[in-house]
Amino acid sequence: MRFGIVTFPGSNCDQDLRYVVEEVFEIKTDMIWHKEDLENNYNAILLPGGFSYGDYLRSGAIARFSPVMDSVIDFANQGGLVLGICNGFQILMEAGLLPGAMKVNNNLKFVCKHVKLQIKNNQTPFTEKLERDQILNIPVAHQEGNFYIDDRGLDKLKVNDQIVLKYLNDSENPNGSIENIAGICNKKRNVFGLMPHPERASEDILSSSDGKKIFESLISFLKEGVN
Amino acid sequence: MEWLVKINIQLKESILDPQGQAVQAGLNALGYNNVSDLNVGKYMELKITDLTDKEQVKEQVDEMCRRLLANPVIEDYRFNIEEMA
Repeated sequence: MRFGIVTFPGSNCDQDLRYVVEEVFEIKTDMIWHKEDLENNYNAILLPGGFSYGDYLRSGAIARFSPVMDSVIDFANQGGLVLGICNGFQILMEAGLLPGAMKVNNNLKFVCKHVKLQIKNNQTPFTEKLERDQILNIPVAHQEGNFYIDDRGLDKLKVNDQIVLKYLNDSENPNGSIENIAGICNKKRNVFGLMPHPERASEDILSSSDGKKIFESLISFLKEGVN
Repeated sequence: MEWLVKINIQLKESILDPQGQAVQAGLNALGYNNVSDLNVGKYMELKITDLTDKEQVKEQVDEMCRRLLANPVIEDYRFNIEEMA
């Protein structure tokens, strides 16, 4: 099994992600510079958090046109598993792989803290090791995580059960996102984006290891798929 | 021919603009109580060359706004094209 982690100029969680995938889960990873194509046959592509292109124009707007993204989009369209964390989530929306957009946080601040999240759909490759309504404690760190989608888009998300992760309630919601949404998947369930950072909560020493469940789900899904 | 393009990008009217609200609160605090509906946007200027027809410039700018400069999910854009002397 091999994962690819894409590094954009300004990504800053790429090594944290590599550490968790390689050291905690012992999965081989390739770090892919944004100007390269996806050369190996990866089992999953991960887009890390950070500030690609300095968040100029809009978060993720310019990274979406990095050369690597054409092959990431092809990979996703062929059913490949793609996980976007924070800035990675923003890039996936800008690329049209996930619906919606991010506005600046309601309080206009960069918020960096642990929040309580609730799993709303555990029938995805990224959440199958979790229970529906299970509560997770994972940190967020962003200024533009105020998820927005119009009413029609929101209805579609609900009808297709694409809302995977929510902030537990209004007071846990750090950004004002619509219906406390923290993470969504595409209709086919192979692309998942979330604002919280599971890679920052994957070892007990970090005060929460709830984020591990996301990676465990992904790996277990891939293993069962292979068998 | 050279064209000067001025582009305004703003959050759609139906979308709450937290930054606009904060700026408006500042103005209201200064005593400008007749100020409402403040919406903070982006302003860009750019030059375009090698096109002779204004319609072509318009088409290109519209495409650039849709593809990169604005996010059609949350933003509206409008622009103005001037022929440079």
